[in-house]
Amino acid sequence: MAEVRIYTTPTCPYCKMAKKFLQDNKVAYQELNVAEDKKALDEMLKRSKQLSVPVIDIDGQIIIGFNMPQIKQRLGLA
Amino acid sequence: MYELIIAGAGPAGMTAAVYVARKKLKMLLIGKDLGGQPNWTTGIENYLGYQYIEGPELVEKFWNQVKQFPIDLKTGQSVTKVSRLENGFQVAADDGQSYQGLAVIIATGKQPRRLNVPGEERLRGRGVTYCSICDGPVFQGQNVAVIGGGNSALTSAEDMIRIAQHIYLVSITPLTGDTVLIDKVKAAPNITIFTEYQVAEIEGEALVEAVKIAPLGGGEARRLEVGGVFVEIGLVPNSELVEGLVKLNEQKEIIVNCACETGIPGLFAAGDVTDVPEKQIIVAAGEGAKAALQAHRYLQRRAQ
Repeated sequence: MAEVRIYTTPTCPYCKMAKKFLQDNKVAYQELNVAEDKKALDEMLKRSKQLSVPVIDIDGQIIIGFNMPQIKQRLGLA
Repeated sequence: MYELIIAGAGPAGMTAAVYVARKKLKMLLIGKDLGGQPNWTTGIENYLGYQYIEGPELVEKFWNQVKQFPIDLKTGQSVTKVSRLENGFQVAADDGQSYQGLAVIIATGKQPRRLNVPGEERLRGRGVTYCSICDGPVFQGQNVAVIGGGNSALTSAEDMIRIAQHIYLVSITPLTGDTVLIDKVKAAPNITIFTEYQVAEIEGEALVEAVKIAPLGGGEARRLEVGGVFVEIGLVPNSELVEGLVKLNEQKEIIVNCACETGIPGLFAAGDVTDVPEKQIIVAAGEGAKAALQAHRYLQRRAQ
């Protein structure tokens, strides 16, 4: 089981799409709201070297944006 | 070989898909962003049947309807080029795959216009954003610049009043948005408005640090220290995939007649990517339906 963390803001539609995609594929994830959690924001900036959301961390590998093909590939989905 | 390929999965593309699926044609719907522009629209009050609905919610309703039908769907992929074949069209996607169809509907919509200034591309995602609704909250307590003078820019500035420390609204023309929004922005204590100013450069090393602006007529440039730059200067059509193949107008929109025909038999276009005079979700849906029905008629005539 992959360990998935997703950095989001509450109003970001791509974040919603990404979460929905994970839910639809029954992938468990931890959500970090960078609008409220300064520590999470700093972490996101440090790890992805940029500020746009969503940032998806799959087993330590960073994907910037809701890049479905990349996410599928990293999770081993069809 | 598909009977029909729809490039673009926004309201026009999805409506076309439903019409085509109900005619039981062999079809492919291919698009980068399922739902398109409404995904990043907040309150929608003029899509008939819904008093008030958020963009992403409306998109979900569209999608729930489309997925009832057995269609081939490829999301996360954009079509990079459409070319003519002997008996149809070849559609190339950005993942290297190619598909063939007897007929094609282009419904690829629009994307945010770029400023085309130094620093913009380099700092994209690192303080420069085209989606203030996505990234706004990240700039809590910071100074930000919102570039643009229409409703999108005004809404962006308004959204940031409670989030940012200070907002600089920079517009190349006098403010053109709705009076209601202009009044709100003018009344805000933490917004400074620069009209008839253009952006000269976006500065910063790892992240955005400042934006340099200059008055249009010439004069003293100003350096505004900001952590974020929200670019809200309009949209450009995603028509490169058919550039050279069909007629485009000055804004690079695909010219279509009222039957959504492009002039090339079998090649149709619908929605914001075309020169349809009004860019609205409900208009895009209507155009998608028309294009689908016309494409179906075209295929029927061909088969005879």
